Amino acid sequence: MSRCHHCDEFSRASFVRKSAAEAGRGLPAIETGMPAPAGTGLDRRTFVARTFGLALSVYGVGKLGLFDEGIARAASGPAKPVLVSVFLPGGADALSVLYPANDAKYLKLRPKLHLDASAGPVFTEDTRLHWHPSLTPLATLHGEGKVSVLPAVGYTHPDQSHFTSRHFWEVGATDARLVTGWMGRYLDRVGSKDNPLQGLSLDYQLQPSIASGKVPVAALAAPDDYSFWAPGVWGEVESRMLDAMGPLGARRADRFLNQAAKATFQSDRLRKQLRPFAQSGDNNYGATVAYPKTDDGFPRQLAGLAAMLAAGLPLRCVAVSAPGEYDTHSDQPQALSDGLDITAQSLYAFQRDLEARGIADRVLTLVWTEFGRRAEENGSDGTDHGAAGTGFLIGKRVTGKMIGEFPGVTNLDDDGNLRATADFRGLYSSLLEQWLGTDAAGIIPHAGSFARTKLLK
Amino acid sequence: MAAPVYRGHFGKPQAERLLWRAGFGPRPGEAESLAKMGLHGAVHHLTHPGRERLRGPKPHDDNGHPLAPFDAWGHDQLWWLDRMIRTRRPLTERMTLVWHDWFATSRDGVGPARLMIRQNNLFRTHALGSFSKLLTDVTRDPAMLLWLNGTDNTADSPNENYGREMMELFTLGADRGAYTERDVREQARALTGWRNDWSDNLGPVNFRFDKKRHDTGVKRIFGKRGHFDWRDSCRLCVHHRLHPSFFVTKLWSYFIPVPPHPGTKRALEHLYVRHDYAVKPVVEAILRHPALYDGPRMVKSPAVYLAGLLRGLRRGIDTEAWTWLMSLAGQQLFYPPNVAGWDDTRWLDTATFRARWMIAAYALRPHVLDSGKAKLPPNAAKLMSRAERHLGHPVLTTRTHGDLKRFAKHALHDAHGSDWKTKQYPALIENALRQLLAVSPDLQTS
Repeated sequence: MSRCHHCDEFSRASFVRKSAAEAGRGLPAIETGMPAPAGTGLDRRTFVARTFGLALSVYGVGKLGLFDEGIARAASGPAKPVLVSVFLPGGADALSVLYPANDAKYLKLRPKLHLDASAGPVFTEDTRLHWHPSLTPLATLHGEGKVSVLPAVGYTHPDQSHFTSRHFWEVGATDARLVTGWMGRYLDRVGSKDNPLQGLSLDYQLQPSIASGKVPVAALAAPDDYSFWAPGVWGEVESRMLDAMGPLGARRADRFLNQAAKATFQSDRLRKQLRPFAQSGDNNYGATVAYPKTDDGFPRQLAGLAAMLAAGLPLRCVAVSAPGEYDTHSDQPQALSDGLDITAQSLYAFQRDLEARGIADRVLTLVWTEFGRRAEENGSDGTDHGAAGTGFLIGKRVTGKMIGEFPGVTNLDDDGNLRATADFRGLYSSLLEQWLGTDAAGIIPHAGSFARTKLLK
Repeated sequence: MAAPVYRGHFGKPQAERLLWRAGFGPRPGEAESLAKMGLHGAVHHLTHPGRERLRGPKPHDDNGHPLAPFDAWGHDQLWWLDRMIRTRRPLTERMTLVWHDWFATSRDGVGPARLMIRQNNLFRTHALGSFSKLLTDVTRDPAMLLWLNGTDNTADSPNENYGREMMELFTLGADRGAYTERDVREQARALTGWRNDWSDNLGPVNFRFDKKRHDTGVKRIFGKRGHFDWRDSCRLCVHHRLHPSFFVTKLWSYFIPVPPHPGTKRALEHLYVRHDYAVKPVVEAILRHPALYDGPRMVKSPAVYLAGLLRGLRRGIDTEAWTWLMSLAGQQLFYPPNVAGWDDTRWLDTATFRARWMIAAYALRPHVLDSGKAKLPPNAAKLMSRAERHLGHPVLTTRTHGDLKRFAKHALHDAHGSDWKTKQYPALIENALRQLLAVSPDLQTS
């Protein structure tokens, strides 16, 4: 499943870009030449759009009346800590992310795939290890004490299925039947009934880790992309049409009809929340730092996120997938560098952006993957599914100290995989208690049985 | 014991639901004519269709040129959507979509569209045939060999990718005690031997089994020992005691969104084994099952939603916009998110809802009414029935019907006292009613 760089990759990328442009612009105005509805003046939407042309600079406490009351209430309270979850899909190879360059056993296990000591910067907390060269931006942040590394995070009896293991991480338990995400359950406890932005999936669809049971959560690819229009509908009738979304979203008896109604209701809410961003043409949402330039949406999603946080929108848990495909059964070197390059550069820019906007002290980013990979390479220039993987916590407030040690490659488990030295459920419990300020019990099953780590300075 | 059969009234609402679950919804009038056949006639009609002859306008791109599914980006998806819209064998086309999700293969790991369409035709050929044969053919299918590293898997350096997923996702299921990590490794050994060449013009070509790359040693799979090869590998999975239960539960989930009762499940398993792993008898039993008609509604996938909307509007493929709209809606055909396919429990959220809204807007655009010209009655009930007619008279809940009529009333009220509004608002309202109807919870589900 490693990425195949075939010839139509370029045309595909440009097609997507073109389409996205059209998607943002909407249809050519078919009502051109029609008179503006006479006497109505500016409707509320136009007013918001004009005043907030650059929403970020003008959104403030005085303007909160433009939002629904629930949002305003959530936004005007004291700023809440924000947790951003970044998922590396496919199982990133822990022994490349941080590699024991001169270890004889490592060189033997990885005759073709090993990385040289000179390739990546030394990991200063355990000098046996080096950062993957593409992770140099994270090494820089680590040097500033802003990255805590989990060199081997996992759980006992590791499952080597992508879907099962990822599910465990998403629900925060080794339980295949749980249907709410661990952050979703946190939001069910502290969130409100009328603020979908509290749990935000920066994606074209919902990330399961924020799937909640009671309160609404949202998914959107980019914050400036959330307007609704219909061909041949404008003015007062358009406002009426959009007002009808609310009633269509009211509760239904049939379970799945209700699922569709709920999506309608939440979309209507989100539409109202994001009105100030609707006309933001500025690519980086007013960021003063440079994000990497790429066709991938990831840096733009992070830039949009920083802007929404700076604008005071009431976000609490955010989930996003990192670019790249980490299920490197073959052609690992190229696929891994491609993914890690853009991921690390974007995370670096995001951290700098948060610092420049003065909100770095209330955002913490967790980077995770469903498992690491087999210690021994497989002969197709790749590695098969393994057990313990690498995790990172990034932020101004983290201790910057390793969580769990590097287990080494001489004492692998029975399947030839890296042994976990930190449990993800202990990590989640610590995040809930120390960062999000709530008891892990009731959110993480058997929370009491997992050791906590000091996460914050 | 046989699975229960629906005994209630089989009228337009039931026929309409059947057409959505077993196909891509009705063309105008189809639900009514299917209803006349009765349940058994209707199911037989779907499972025993005549020869394929696509009907309706031929597909073309935004410039009026024919589609180039092998060459132009996005045209692979348009090519398939066109079949969904114009087919006379909707269940065959729907089963092709089921297998695309079941054996989810993405062009991201394969490359040429040619190989994806070849695989797609394989799914179509086996749509309602033997699962055992399907699995065997999928195992040696070039797109699959590339996607799950089948051609990287050699005696000298086994690659576990296909061996694991064939058990976990295709035949047995994870976490049921059906296989061990050891079985994964041994399956990988049994599956060794496939290779292909590379052509500068065509990419991967000449897929074949090469004895020299096959591990001929003894393997131990599911407690059995033998010099197993790839055919044995497939056979062992299909004959595994936990395969029938995995198969019928998964197949059921594509038609009915709540799990089957234990009795039904057992009956379907027996049916499946008794018919030597044939798909059609099981599908027929599911389509006749009371849970399909009395049970809850089901959320349409984006492909079903879009193809069905266009069928209802009698519109063919005439724009490339569907390519990116489908991707926004969370289902870009030929690009499933991973080897597990799409997650059918999470089609709808705030992002994909908006994409469906846009799909509806693009679908309705060609026939949008010009409020400067159209002369429509300023009457909410009349406007509402026109909108229903435009979308092919879908069955609506009274709730949705009421909400939409109320919107029309309020919007007409805004026009009171203004001459130009009274003339123009009815057309604007009609356009808005079509949009709201197309995105209503009723039309997102079936």
